[in-house]
Amino acid sequence: MRKLKELIIEKLILICGLASIFFVALIFLFLLKEGLTLFKTVSPFKFLFGKSWYPISEPAQLGILPLILGSLLVTIGAAIISIPIGVGCAIYIAEIAPLKIKETLKAGIELLAAIPSVVLGFIGMVTLVPLVKTVFHLPTGLTALSGSIMLAFMAMPTIVSIAEDALYSVPKTYKEGALALGATHWQTIWRVMLPAASSGILAAVMLGIGRVIGETMAVMMITGNAAVIPNSILAPVRTLTATIAAEMGEAVVGSEHYFALFAIGIVLFVISFAINVTADLFLHKRQQ
Amino acid sequence: MKNPYRTQNIAFFFLFLATLLIVIPVGLIVAIIIQKGLPAINWQFLSDIPRQGMRAGGIFPAIVGTIYLVTGAIIFALPIGLLSAIYLSEYSKDNLLTRLIKLAIVNLAGVPSVVYGLFGLVLFVVFLKFGASILSGSLTLGIMILPVIITTSREALESVPQSFREVSLSLGASKWQTIRHIVIPNAIPGILTGTILGLGRAAGETAPILFTVAAFYLPRLPDSIFDQAMALPYHLYVISTQVPNVDEKIRYGTAFVLLALVLFMNLVAIIIRYKFRKKKKW
Repeated sequence: MRKLKELIIEKLILICGLASIFFVALIFLFLLKEGLTLFKTVSPFKFLFGKSWYPISEPAQLGILPLILGSLLVTIGAAIISIPIGVGCAIYIAEIAPLKIKETLKAGIELLAAIPSVVLGFIGMVTLVPLVKTVFHLPTGLTALSGSIMLAFMAMPTIVSIAEDALYSVPKTYKEGALALGATHWQTIWRVMLPAASSGILAAVMLGIGRVIGETMAVMMITGNAAVIPNSILAPVRTLTATIAAEMGEAVVGSEHYFALFAIGIVLFVISFAINVTADLFLHKRQQ
Repeated sequence: MKNPYRTQNIAFFFLFLATLLIVIPVGLIVAIIIQKGLPAINWQFLSDIPRQGMRAGGIFPAIVGTIYLVTGAIIFALPIGLLSAIYLSEYSKDNLLTRLIKLAIVNLAGVPSVVYGLFGLVLFVVFLKFGASILSGSLTLGIMILPVIITTSREALESVPQSFREVSLSLGASKWQTIRHIVIPNAIPGILTGTILGLGRAAGETAPILFTVAAFYLPRLPDSIFDQAMALPYHLYVISTQVPNVDEKIRYGTAFVLLALVLFMNLVAIIIRYKFRKKKKW
């Protein structure tokens, strides 16, 4: 009897162990099921490279190039801000900060990671957006730049904590060897620690960027939501994620528009899948 | 030849600057919300329904809705996540299947939150016909926080020393008895930390509940799990972008309640972890 009970429990554990694979597959399948329906009426090429997104005009124009460029612009901006600051902060925490300060800083970074994106969006709306408007003399502060700055803050916790881990796991002997040869602390960090931790830092940067591409609420609240091809970082843009969030509520279930939003979902899923698999490869390389 | 110590000082100054550039804005964000949000908090704000098109009254239905959603998500995600963590830490071998499971967890953690919203919409709302309901929203959030729970629980289980298991097995206990009576009790603080972090994440997310449960304006409490509900993050989004002329106090007050809820959970998780580390004897 006990044998039987244990057998059942162990099977249950195995099934739950497989749950993650099941859910990832399920998400992908359902996205495909709805999203691929679109390509019966719109060619994939026209969908990806079409220059206009007018989903409710007659006939609807469903080209997501402006949205892709919007996402790209905001992401590049956020990467330029968050990578140097994030990696710099990781080095400071891992190598320079005294133990007490180190723990406080780490808690502070966790705090930042925990702030809900809608709260960051709200704070961006009431502080950053008016600031950008006055500084650059713009008609509106809801721009790609505002989005980039806010998203940089969402990428930083990921970058800092993973890069700090990577630096921490560099063998102590490397550092001691360099110091023993007469290198200064900074020379050791720059010439020995950073190269040794490079694949982990690269993974940190990629995961940070992945977070930015997938971010929805903050970006929807502060980038202005104009679905046109952006001509400057000071212009309003709309990202892939914001488009889904803003339009799904109005799209009729089963309409072309509805399927197009799922097709955007496929694009996002594929991007995040690619980023996460590559980053995971880099992290594994480090461990070997 | 440049003086290497001067280079070092300059470099360290910039690293310190980078750190300040993160820490100061975080402090400012929290300070602004506390300074402007706290005065809006009173009993009426917390216990009343929204009135006059959300321009007055309180946020009680949104608080209750968020509590329901978070509870539902954890009821779904904790058993699956914990068993999955047990599988990875106690049963899995170093083979392709394990590698695939780990990759799936990483991917599940990386899927954009709005894509979870789409998935919840098509599977729970449309396909399984749950409609926009607390059930659909909870299940969607539950799948979203699964990776958090699995990863932290697994770490907790793996940190229980191998010798504990060996002693138990050598005394004649079966593998499941060992897990049930030795491994899990010793990993409880870590599992708790993961669960609370998952709760905090579920409470703050907006995009997954947009199309699966969130009601724009529902000035009453939900009657069943098949009812729509208001939720704090969505309510904050609505009153800051969709409804014109909402009193600033109400916006900041809502942001304050949401932030306080999420940060409180994180603080509890941090404290549990810290205490446990200090107490740990191995």
